Amino acid sequence: MHIIESGNVAAASGVQLSGAQVIAAYPITPQTPLTEKLSELVDAGELNAQYIPVESEHSAMSVCIAASSAGTRAFTATSANGLLYMNEQLHWAAGARLPIVMCVVNRGIGAPWTVWNDHQDAMAQRDTGWIQLFCCDHQQIIDTVIQAFRLAETVRIPVMVCYDGYILSHTYMPFDIPESAAVSRFLPEFAPDWALDPACPANLNTVTLPDIRPNVRGETAPGYMEIRQNLHGDMRRAIDVVADTDAQFAKTFGRGGNPFIEPYRCDDAEYVAVAMGSLSYHLRDVIDVLRQEGLAIGVAGLRLYRPFPNRAVAEALSAKKGVIVFEKAVSYGYEGPLYADIKAALYDCDHRPAVHNYILGLGGREIKTDDLFDSLRTSCGADAPATREPAFVGLKI
Amino acid sequence: MKNDNNKNPDSKKYACHVSHSEPGPGDGGRTGSWRVLRPVIDLDKCIPAKRNKPACFSCWLYCPDGVITKTVPPTIDYEYCKGCEICAEECPADAITMVEETLMIMEEK
Amino acid sequence: MRDDITKIRWHGRGGQGAITAAKIVANAAFSSGYGGVVMAPTFGTERRGAPVLTSLKISKHKIYDLSPIAEPDVVIVLDHLLVEEVDVASGLRPGGLIIINTPRPPEAFAFAGLKVATADVTTLAGKAGLPAGIVNTGIIGAFARAGDLLDMDTLAGAIESEFAGKSPEKNIAAARATYKHTLVGETDEKRQQ
Repeated sequence: MHIIESGNVAAASGVQLSGAQVIAAYPITPQTPLTEKLSELVDAGELNAQYIPVESEHSAMSVCIAASSAGTRAFTATSANGLLYMNEQLHWAAGARLPIVMCVVNRGIGAPWTVWNDHQDAMAQRDTGWIQLFCCDHQQIIDTVIQAFRLAETVRIPVMVCYDGYILSHTYMPFDIPESAAVSRFLPEFAPDWALDPACPANLNTVTLPDIRPNVRGETAPGYMEIRQNLHGDMRRAIDVVADTDAQFAKTFGRGGNPFIEPYRCDDAEYVAVAMGSLSYHLRDVIDVLRQEGLAIGVAGLRLYRPFPNRAVAEALSAKKGVIVFEKAVSYGYEGPLYADIKAALYDCDHRPAVHNYILGLGGREIKTDDLFDSLRTSCGADAPATREPAFVGLKI
Repeated sequence: MKNDNNKNPDSKKYACHVSHSEPGPGDGGRTGSWRVLRPVIDLDKCIPAKRNKPACFSCWLYCPDGVITKTVPPTIDYEYCKGCEICAEECPADAITMVEETLMIMEEK
Repeated sequence: MRDDITKIRWHGRGGQGAITAAKIVANAAFSSGYGGVVMAPTFGTERRGAPVLTSLKISKHKIYDLSPIAEPDVVIVLDHLLVEEVDVASGLRPGGLIIINTPRPPEAFAFAGLKVATADVTTLAGKAGLPAGIVNTGIIGAFARAGDLLDMDTLAGAIESEFAGKSPEKNIAAARATYKHTLVGETDEKRQQ
């Protein structure tokens, strides 16, 4: 069934279909309509979940940690400073191996204060041990939320579903709402191997020594380092699970097929622009015009950011002449984080394209199509430099 | 808060762009354009106007945007008055009426 | 850039319902076979009464560029006072259509080279039984009359769906009345008595 609604409502619909059982969230622009919609659905009896209003995002994640530990499907959502407020609990949720799903409605971080879109919030949390997926339109939002629960519960790693604040959260476009029975087949009830249970008391995530130790049953209990390596290893293995989840979703609902990278006119391209979120779609119109001008160029939208699908990225980009990375974030004092990750993925390849970095859209600075053209024409011109410093696009002073 | 005591002249090269907002008219643009209702003071009822000396000034005191002058009589800066109605609500003499902005504009034209 | 997109920019005030109006037209377009529909409001801190704009893009094909409309084909102004404050016709292509809720006729506006349509939606909507100032559904009637994208019956159906269960009749009546009384200033043949 198709409806025309906002990205936030698409996310809420995904949460409803997924049968989330505990929702604890704190409102923050531009996520607020998502949490409001969820509380309306719970109130109307259309979502059988406990909606727990909390006084902060830190508590929101704490409640999700508790709920997930008790064996229930838990969900929260936030943006920017809210995401950062729960930062220590993000690490906790991942280290505790809890399959919590969270929508992050991407927004810039203060200071200075902003409510508008960029990706710095998600980027600042890329080392927490959470899986990070980026959506390009409303259909991807609702589909990815549903897939996120299945993915999280399979690999026992929490999943962040990211979508652009305002640009996707507050715009309206048509999307299909999958049929509830089909979603239930795709995503069975949450049935973890273990959960908090008074009949079998346990102390979860206690102080864990640097060294291994014998537990009460005489088995070797892992030390901190083993636990960390296990999370990393499972994150790497999750790359295949992301692909498999997408394949199963495509089989059930007929949508998907690009779990890591969504390419547009990349096959015969000499140059490929790379971006995440709605920007990768915006670039398609630019690509079409440049193609008419004779430039062999395409755009690749990266959907999975953590774990980083380095092999897929290398395969897609290494043979190209140039790669132009557009991103809405910067790792201060160095360069764009996506840019750095892409260069690293290409490091071991026999052929390495020239890779350029454009930083734009910070704090909601309007991304002008003309600026996209200028950037691409500069980087794809005959005398484009092999490397250059990251360039900030759209500055006005 | 300006500081002329900075003993580190090199530091002037840094933090050239920070986000500061100082008090003054117009930092938020011409907010008077947001009005749907305009407060109009009836000088026959206004206490300082009637007494022809400083008195009351509740409207000046309560105005959240500081667009009312503490004068005899008080005046309202319609460039910035947003029409929040707090002055009308607080006036102890009921001297302030909220009038449809569209009517005021048509009259002015 | 793509030439298959009809770009409609709505100018209103926060709280006036421009988003709902655009959403109704979006739904009407989608159900008429326009698979590509994107509606984007002004992003940011909101305040009742502040000028806001909404971009509505309509195409037979999926739309990928969600950025605000710089060169609209149609401009719809829910509150004629905005014409004084905001450059509502900014970027409107020559021959483009501007629809204004105003008691004044098209000739009263100085929009050279543009097709101007006016209707006193405020009065007509009031007569249709809507609360004072609710013009967002009525003005859809002006769009049906002066525009050539969607007809009144299709739009009335979309109004009905949007207000299902919340007495849509008055909103539909406001739209139909506005349709009847919209003045279009371009050529004499198009002007309605």
